[in-house]
Amino acid sequence: MSHHIVETKNLEFTYPDRTPALRGVSFRIQHGESVAIVGANGAGKSTLLLHLNGYLAPTSGQVRIGDYPLTKETLREVRRTVGMVFQDPDDQLFMSTVFDDVAFGPLNLNLPVEEVKARVDKALATVGLIDLKDRPPHRLSSGQKRRVAIASVLSMSPDILVMDEPTSGLDPRARRQLIELLAGFKHSKIIATHDLDMVVDICERTIVMHKGEIRADGPTMGIFEDAKLLESCRLEKPLRMQGCPVCGIKPTDQPPPIG
Amino acid sequence: MSTKIDRAFYDIGHLDILAEADTPLHRLDPRAKVLTAVVFIFSVVSFGKYEIAGLLPFFFYPAVLIGLGNLPLSFLLRKLLLVSPFVIFIGIFNPWLDRQILVQLGPIGISGGWISFFSLILRFILTVGAALLLIASTGFSTICMALEKLGAPRVLVIQLLMLYRYLFVLVGESIRMIRAHSLRSFNGKGRIGYQVFLQMLGNLLLRTLDRAQRIHLAMLSRAFTGEIRVIRQYRFGLRELFFLGGFSAFFICLRFTELTSFLGQLTMGIK
Repeated sequence: MSHHIVETKNLEFTYPDRTPALRGVSFRIQHGESVAIVGANGAGKSTLLLHLNGYLAPTSGQVRIGDYPLTKETLREVRRTVGMVFQDPDDQLFMSTVFDDVAFGPLNLNLPVEEVKARVDKALATVGLIDLKDRPPHRLSSGQKRRVAIASVLSMSPDILVMDEPTSGLDPRARRQLIELLAGFKHSKIIATHDLDMVVDICERTIVMHKGEIRADGPTMGIFEDAKLLESCRLEKPLRMQGCPVCGIKPTDQPPPIG
Repeated sequence: MSTKIDRAFYDIGHLDILAEADTPLHRLDPRAKVLTAVVFIFSVVSFGKYEIAGLLPFFFYPAVLIGLGNLPLSFLLRKLLLVSPFVIFIGIFNPWLDRQILVQLGPIGISGGWISFFSLILRFILTVGAALLLIASTGFSTICMALEKLGAPRVLVIQLLMLYRYLFVLVGESIRMIRAHSLRSFNGKGRIGYQVFLQMLGNLLLRTLDRAQRIHLAMLSRAFTGEIRVIRQYRFGLRELFFLGGFSAFFICLRFTELTSFLGQLTMGIK
């Protein structure tokens, strides 16, 4: 798979209780792109993400990862290619030590033990947690757990990172560190989030979802300047693009650089 | 109340942390440890119901494991204590049902009921202790891997693994639910009414199912195929053979010969 393309065509999904969650969702994400998926609660963001690694099968429509359609036969390869970071790290970390958790994926990929160890060390070094490798994950702080969850995905060398609310529940400093970490990744990234300021930092493209449909898809800054669109989708401009409530200074046109 | 549950919860997880240590016992191939524990448990359980003296030498095995594996005795004893009510309830009526005097200690006659009750407690300590020691020195997922390698059906082994994992999910969710309830139930001082209790139970089931589903998804996302893999490399070598063979021979010997009375006669010089 040389081109890490993620493509959905007319994706429809209805939950078994007949709640429609996705209605004709189509987009194409190129290699190396960082794309934010934003929208109100219940807009269908998480449901969409669950389709991208084949956990949910669409009622109709198709998902293509790389050059292949997502089918039962390609599922294993797709799950290696698409690294999924969950909203709640407690769902993702289930082994008794950080090391074992990060090693879980590579071991299941049948890699030799030396390679597994090297990958675990590299992934933990990337997220800056190599010192914690013998600790049990449930004793870590939320920020650390989140980074272990990311390491547990990185160790499988995915080409595409899919994340659900990566910054939720983090303190400002941990959030900033995470944003810097993500900005440094060369992977294609698909991030579902409410943290629009993070979107400004990381994602050059934004997809706005509302009631299971794509309302807008385009350059991030263009979308965030469209106040009408944001309001109709129950969203607001990122804080830094709003005027200062204390001193009344209007925001500058360009966001400050990352870091 | 909830802090007690919290602590018990972390204690279960502590067994897995103990299993991460690196001692001669931890390094043994898990298959040897599992098989030895099975032979041990069968030998202990197969004694007659009034047996006490014959059981005592079996304490040698847990003592050796604790020594070799550098495992904390007080922690394991606390775990035993936690489960002990079940056994005590099973055996508590023996002294009333079986009043026939079997042993006369001077003026005091000890009935068969008391002896069988005491024997039951000993067996409980030995067998449950052995199981706890096995988990603390091996880790649950590694035990499952050993079972699979020994030819147990994979479906069964995965069920076992998931059951263990689900335990943590269940306890975690109950802790949160009890906490939320006790924060909002001022009159009952944390006492849960029957109606509310039923609702909470139903809710707990749904919540844990959801959560278990998410964890399963996380496992699938990381290429889990149903085969259990662990990083530590194991080989069934001479040391394993010696451990398994030595202990098994010892247990079987204890089971079928009256070693205690033989030793007693030897030291007392009675032929």
